[in-house]
Amino acid sequence: MCEQRENVNRTRLVSRADLILLAVVLLLAGAALVFYETHKEQGKLVRIRVGSETVEVLPLGKDRTYEVKTGEGSNTVVIKSGTVSVESADCPDKICVRHKPVDSVGETIICLPHKLVVEVVE
Amino acid sequence: MENKEPRKNEKEKTIPASRMTAYIGVFTALALLLSYIESLIPVFLAVPGVKLGLANLVTIVALFKLGVLPAAGISLCRILLSGILFGNLTMILYSLAGATLSLLVMWALKHCRIFFVTGVSIAGAVAHNAGQLAVAAFLLENGSMFYYMCVLAISGAVSGLLIGLLAGSIIRRIRI
Ligand SMILES: [Zn+2]
Repeated sequence: MCEQRENVNRTRLVSRADLILLAVVLLLAGAALVFYETHKEQGKLVRIRVGSETVEVLPLGKDRTYEVKTGEGSNTVVIKSGTVSVESADCPDKICVRHKPVDSVGETIICLPHKLVVEVVE
Repeated sequence: MENKEPRKNEKEKTIPASRMTAYIGVFTALALLLSYIESLIPVFLAVPGVKLGLANLVTIVALFKLGVLPAAGISLCRILLSGILFGNLTMILYSLAGATLSLLVMWALKHCRIFFVTGVSIAGAVAHNAGQLAVAAFLLENGSMFYYMCVLAISGAVSGLLIGLLAGSIIRRIRI
């Protein structure tokens, strides 16, 4: 019993395979992010969706403020000098509000609690 | 030598049903507490789903010490209870998808002798994020989630590493 416990205590926490797994995940995801960041394309339109329904498509070139009201709450989407962001929202996590402004094709700001997707398209 | 040790560690004595029930209760309470503590920590990154995964600590310890079924039971109880107490139905759905995929992957890797607790935890955390993202992609019908996938893979690997090291230390110390 005692001997077994000593054995268990000497068990290493990290194996070589663990480290390789960690490195592979970090490298792959890191490389993909770098690729993504360097192949960005300036978008022209902003599509605002709630769930699967498109509520509005706005030009990214024209500054304006758009209020999105859903059954769950409201988000204030602001287009300013070619970028779009969520200025304020009454969702519990405020992740959408803290998200950096986006301007490239395919970039999205998501408000999960409100099922809102602000998406930059061509 | 190294190959032998985890095997010894894993030779689980069968735990009597009454004690198992008690363990599951205690583990579930602990997981619930950690879920609550985690919900108090502000989200640092503006990406949904980035988190430490403190409750996964309990799942991993349970997986290694009690087995896969008790670990699944503890996860399920924790998700349902914390969903009802601090969240909503959508949250339960996200958590369930993440936890199911995560536990399946961890169970598979645990049987693969080359990975230790840390590797199991890293894979589990990444799988958890992937599962949640799959639900989000489905619910929001949004295919362009490439950026989120990358960020969540990195955050999952880092949090999985931390939780795995912690879980490993606990597994070595507690006797069940
Ligand atoms: Zn929000």
